[in-house]
Amino acid sequence: MANHQSALRNPHSAIRTTCPYCGVGCQIDLHVKDNRIFCVEAPFDAAPNYGRLCVKGRFGLDFVHHPSRLTVPLIRRVSQKPGARIAATVPDEWREASWDEALDLVATRLLDLRRRHGPDSITANACAKATNEDNYLLQKYLRAVIGTNNVDHCARLCHAGSVAGLQLAIGSSAMSNAIAEMPDLECFMVIGSNTAETHPVIATFLKQAVRKNGARLIVVDPRQTEMTHFAELWLREKPGTDTALFSAMAYVIVQEKLYDAPFVAARTEGFEEYAASLAEKTPEWAAAITGVPSEDIRRAARIYAGARAAAMYWGMGISQSTHGTDNTLTLTNLALLCGHIGRPGTGLNPLRGQNNVQGCSDMGGVPSFYTAYQPVTDPAVRAAFEAAWGVPLPAEPGLTATEMVDGVLTGEVRGWYVMGENPLMSEPNQAHARHAVEHLEFFVAQDIFFNETNVYADVILPAASFAEKDGTFTNSDRRVQRVRQALPPPGQARADWEIVADLARRTYAIRNTQYAGAASWSYPSPSAIWDEMRQVTPDFGGISYARLEREGGVHWPCPSPDHPGTPYLFADDFPRGRGRFWPVEYATASELPDADYPFLLSTGRVLYHWHGGTLTRVSALDAAWPECTVEMHSRDAARLGLAGGDWVDVTSRRGRISARLLVTDRSPTGMIFIPFHFAEAAANVLTDNRLDPRAKIPDYKVGAVRVAAATAAPDRPGAATPLTDRGAIKDPLG
Amino acid sequence: MPASTGTIVSLTINGRTVRVPPGTTILAAAREIGIDIPTLCYHPNLTANGVCRLCVVEVVGARTLQPACVTRAAQDMVVNTETDRVYTARRVILELLASTVDLSETPDVLAYIERYGARPERFGGGRRREFPVLDDNPFYVRDYSKCVMCWRCIQVCAEDVQNTYALTWGGRGFGSHVTTAFIEDMPDTTCVFCGNCVGACPTGALKGKVEWQMGQPAGGE
Repeated sequence: MANHQSALRNPHSAIRTTCPYCGVGCQIDLHVKDNRIFCVEAPFDAAPNYGRLCVKGRFGLDFVHHPSRLTVPLIRRVSQKPGARIAATVPDEWREASWDEALDLVATRLLDLRRRHGPDSITANACAKATNEDNYLLQKYLRAVIGTNNVDHCARLCHAGSVAGLQLAIGSSAMSNAIAEMPDLECFMVIGSNTAETHPVIATFLKQAVRKNGARLIVVDPRQTEMTHFAELWLREKPGTDTALFSAMAYVIVQEKLYDAPFVAARTEGFEEYAASLAEKTPEWAAAITGVPSEDIRRAARIYAGARAAAMYWGMGISQSTHGTDNTLTLTNLALLCGHIGRPGTGLNPLRGQNNVQGCSDMGGVPSFYTAYQPVTDPAVRAAFEAAWGVPLPAEPGLTATEMVDGVLTGEVRGWYVMGENPLMSEPNQAHARHAVEHLEFFVAQDIFFNETNVYADVILPAASFAEKDGTFTNSDRRVQRVRQALPPPGQARADWEIVADLARRTYAIRNTQYAGAASWSYPSPSAIWDEMRQVTPDFGGISYARLEREGGVHWPCPSPDHPGTPYLFADDFPRGRGRFWPVEYATASELPDADYPFLLSTGRVLYHWHGGTLTRVSALDAAWPECTVEMHSRDAARLGLAGGDWVDVTSRRGRISARLLVTDRSPTGMIFIPFHFAEAAANVLTDNRLDPRAKIPDYKVGAVRVAAATAAPDRPGAATPLTDRGAIKDPLG
Repeated sequence: MPASTGTIVSLTINGRTVRVPPGTTILAAAREIGIDIPTLCYHPNLTANGVCRLCVVEVVGARTLQPACVTRAAQDMVVNTETDRVYTARRVILELLASTVDLSETPDVLAYIERYGARPERFGGGRRREFPVLDDNPFYVRDYSKCVMCWRCIQVCAEDVQNTYALTWGGRGFGSHVTTAFIEDMPDTTCVFCGNCVGACPTGALKGKVEWQMGQPAGGE
């Protein structure tokens, strides 16, 4: 029995593509009439979602039709001086320009900076929302045309801690196992991941594992997420105490000899030193630090170690920390100890956030690597790319996204090219980041909307959305899937790859260069870009557009056309050879609450919004959660004389925001939670820009704030309506 | 489902022998050899419940007709999917459905009506299942006058997909219908607006708001 067919629908003309929101990579069919998407369905027979969607994918794609889409290149009327750069939020401050004028201006200004201050004075943000092809060309532009490795993207702000830890332990940083394995899990841990809200479709498969397959679930989270309702054991640790908890689990596993000795002997190194480092890390020691009863720590260790196969899934709670790398290492230690890696139903699985954050990194949108993590510092690799691109390439790794911000203030960085990101909403310590942006000499942004960051630009280039271009995304489990055009871009907007290629041709023309590479910037279609990429990227060699058409998706690594792809990694060995144990000492460099700032602030997301809100605040989703909420435990609220719906001022050492209070016991006492989607009450005004020394990732989950009743309700739309009457805002435990 | 363990089962459907793993349903076995059995509530991704009874078949030796979507194949079972008794049952089911529910956006059922020669007018003039359109949230609209109570929406909201339990049954007998606990508006329930119910609805009773609005007569609200 097929689905219903209204007169509007024609299943044969629906466009199959990939959802642009999160890293699950759901396959969707766009039903279009008169250039309007009127219905989004999910095919029941297609991986990875098999007919399932969440509210964002099914009902939140209407942003593509929003009247505020950018449709024509824009240039600032008043030229901006470094140090005095201001935001241009009024239309009159911009003038419309032709593509010729806008791109020639960008090329001229970037080349001018390059001549005066060197190629490393220019940095770029690649885009985890854009396609693999868009990102491949952007990093190629920076490396081959400008001559710098200064390209990074928002993965720095999400899974950098996971990447750094996984690279140290096993030499690879992608999710090791496939989504398809989830319904058949025997045992798994969900750690610092609000999966039901951030990866809702993956959450349905995880719930299915518990409810229909009898899987044993351990949730580790200070906050009562929906996943805790499905857990056999919920370890409600104090925020930021992960390393103590997991080291104590390892202590139990070693002491009770629950570890997989043959695996440790055959596949790992450093066990003796590691085991010795655990000597003092008893469950009682950890209980004092984490607040988790020692008996629960023992139980968790026995459940995880005792399973035939056990998987770990984690999110920002592990990574976004001044010790995100250490957090990850305590997880890799556990998996190596128990041999829960390299088989179906096991694995080390960081759940990737953005739809194409995996692909953006895979395509070289990071300062240290070309495609598929081939190091820019490796002379042989560099020689191969120099031969393929026909230009000499820089040998030094570039700046990370967080270092770029500081680089502007030291004068090291002068020019910035931002493709589709909104760093002022997503970087920590907004005032600091804004201060840096104000000091830029030249700033070009490429986007589908104005956002909080690109209003500071000199030039804005209007881009096509996911629904208006072809290409590929790579989801969280390394599955490369097609993106297909369903609509024409609005106005003069063009696909990101077209813009970058055009810019590259103009940059070469102005430089009047003799390099052979100049000729190679003419691409008839995204598949031509993809084919160039896989010629220099052995891991993708076997994935062609024709094959994606046939199979729907392929998990890389896939080195040859007859290779089936790799749903789970490390069956035989690790990229670094043996998996390495890393002793980790419990410590924190986070800003902890004190007398002046007594509350711990944790930031994150709600189901109905996406990150900086650029897409979801202009979609139907905004009606469901139209304003920022400050989540506080009922006992804290009572102590402060506050009630749900009260306006409060939240103040940190960086700044202050006002929002309404949502009283709920989801967060423990002493902690508040604020989603970071809302520009009018941006959580990242409050967060600190202290970093993990290895991963350069900021601390979004632990900071210190004070909360007080607001002196006056801010003048915002909907402020007069009671909070409980605004969309679906409610206490999920109430 | 233990699909591939144990001994292979051999049964006869419409005179043809088919061998299937134990646990296979009659519906799946029939489809294996290209025999088409009509279904309405059945969905391959969801738990089968045998609610609509359109897939009933005659199993030799069984007192009553058996729903093919939930009845397991057994050794030496003899099944007929196209007998007069089966046709009569399917025809009456279709007549009762079509005389009470708006099936205008369910072309598969309209095709079955044709195929089985159902005459819904035999029950013409009786009560129809009519409900006010429920438009209580930003994302989807519920028009239960089109609902055939196949149970799919309730299942996907429960253990089959979302584990949210926002939808349930209300009423009794002819008045039974899909509703929310305490008949709350959707935003006040546990609903997370995944719309997986909308995706599973076979009749257009559940529809995304944009599509629903576009389907309204021009010049309407």
